[in-house]
Amino acid sequence: MSYLEIDRLSVRLRGGGPLLRQVSLTVAAGEVRGLVGESGAGKSMIGKAVLGILPRSTEITAGRIVLDGVDLLTLPPAERRRRIGATCALIPQDPLTALNPSRRIGPQITDRLVDILGWPRVRAEARARELLAEVYIPDPERVMRSYPHELSGGMRQRILIASAFAAEPKLIVADEPTTALDVTVQKQILKLIKEMQERHGTALLFVTHDLGVVSKVCQSLSVLYAGLVVEDCAVRDFFRAPGHAYSAALLAATPKYTDAVASLTPVPDTVIAAVRAEVAAADRRMSHG
Amino acid sequence: MRLLRTFLMRLATTAVTLFGVAVIVFVVIRVVPGNPIAMMLPPGATEADVARLSALYGLDKSIPQQFLIWAGGVLQGDFGTSITTRQPVLALVLGRLPATLELSVMALVMAVIIGGFAALTGTRLRGTRTEGAIDVANGMALSVPDFLWGLVLILMFGVLVPIFHISGRVTPSLDLPFVTNFYLFESLIRLRLDLWADIVAHMFMPALALAIPLSAIIGQLLKQSLKETMHLDYVTLSRTKGYGENHVILREALPNAILPTLTLVGVQFTFLIGGTVIIERLFSYEGLGNMAIDAVINRDLPLIQGIVILFAAIFTAVNLLVDLAYAALNPRLRHA
Repeated sequence: MSYLEIDRLSVRLRGGGPLLRQVSLTVAAGEVRGLVGESGAGKSMIGKAVLGILPRSTEITAGRIVLDGVDLLTLPPAERRRRIGATCALIPQDPLTALNPSRRIGPQITDRLVDILGWPRVRAEARARELLAEVYIPDPERVMRSYPHELSGGMRQRILIASAFAAEPKLIVADEPTTALDVTVQKQILKLIKEMQERHGTALLFVTHDLGVVSKVCQSLSVLYAGLVVEDCAVRDFFRAPGHAYSAALLAATPKYTDAVASLTPVPDTVIAAVRAEVAAADRRMSHG
Repeated sequence: MRLLRTFLMRLATTAVTLFGVAVIVFVVIRVVPGNPIAMMLPPGATEADVARLSALYGLDKSIPQQFLIWAGGVLQGDFGTSITTRQPVLALVLGRLPATLELSVMALVMAVIIGGFAALTGTRLRGTRTEGAIDVANGMALSVPDFLWGLVLILMFGVLVPIFHISGRVTPSLDLPFVTNFYLFESLIRLRLDLWADIVAHMFMPALALAIPLSAIIGQLLKQSLKETMHLDYVTLSRTKGYGENHVILREALPNAILPTLTLVGVQFTFLIGGTVIIERLFSYEGLGNMAIDAVINRDLPLIQGIVILFAAIFTAVNLLVDLAYAALNPRLRHA
């Protein structure tokens, strides 16, 4: 039984072209699914749709987002918001902009626990300290009294991870959580997310353009091109034998330390042409109902 | 520590600024045509009369000499004697200052309430017709100057629907038990709500006339600032926590969006104080501005000097307060 089921979800720009084309995928409880694709392929859009934070310039035209057996899109907005807040969380991309500069760290972790889940403040603060310790932040007490600008980028990303896990969510969307970080910090943060995910048994929707990250963290994988899922498979199978020509080309284009020339291989034009034809075919199917 | 140093530096520059203002005003009002002696003497006065009176007020000396005498007095707290009323300038000016301060602060409060409300409503209802209507109203408020708003208000609430007083600061027949000239404040402290209501009914229209253009500026800037803030990541993150639009705007976006607005409000508030000169005249409100116009008409040189110095001092004080408030509200400056 999957915890999250996205069923033929279509999103488009208001008065413009499609951004997601009948995307379907499932995430089981405790499963980590990677969403990969080039920039603009729509991988972040899926996470935003699940969390109800699609930009105002976009609209969902069709499909269902079923979370724990309930289709979120059929709920009234206030109830949908509360349900998402209570059961899901986001690890954002850029830790430097994801914390409110004029609020202290403590309340930014505890606010959801107190306001949305109705915990007593003391319990929420104890929980925040516990979580900060879990993400290896020394002196949580002091950090909770700090403002974001007093902390480093890596520190802030740890705080955001702690904050995401604070309410014991069933599902976390990690939106390229290491992209904005220093290369030396990326590995630690990745390891930390994996560790926290395993300890808490949280399902994870991991948006990334880095197949190396996928191989380390994910169990299953959706490859997107132009808002279309071109491959949906287990990570182990993907790296052994990609099922789609585009996936294979993507894999070949991943930088390798051992072979500098291969690192610069672009996706071949023939493969792009083929996958574009598939997108066009999907659009025709959609317009014919 | 750094804050204290900044504060002391500002005090020093303030002194220099005030000195500069004093020199300029002192020279200009003596160089322009028209002099107080001619205003005081009846037609047909002899040269000897003019000379005697000039000597009496020290106007026969050179301008630098006059300035030294005056500045020496100012340093000892003596701003000279008003030529028209023959009373000490300092007492006259300080007697009127509370009226103008109350009017300005009342106008500022009104502007912040109206502008803030417009900005928050426009942000909450962005993309709807209400937002469009607020933008149009903002544009109208901004394109008409305060004294014209004063006339409009007089026509509306003084003539068509006479619910407010159109002139004065308080109904003259009332018995005032006040020891200070802060009527609005003191009536509230003394719980004389009857007097308070009368004072507000007098102050309402001039304050609103001053407030309308400023409220439009506040509304526009705060709304723009909110709009930019609403796209930031921490606002989006707050939405995923389950918070609704109102909370997101008020708790996450507003505290950050308010900072650029605050600086501007400080600058605009000094313009507003300048605006009291005409507005007080329009509503016959007994404040500094009204007194300034009388002083200029009568060429009351010591009084003009005193009023201008006071206005300059208020301007620099407001700017200093804004800087301090900005530092207090912005944690990045507070801890730096």
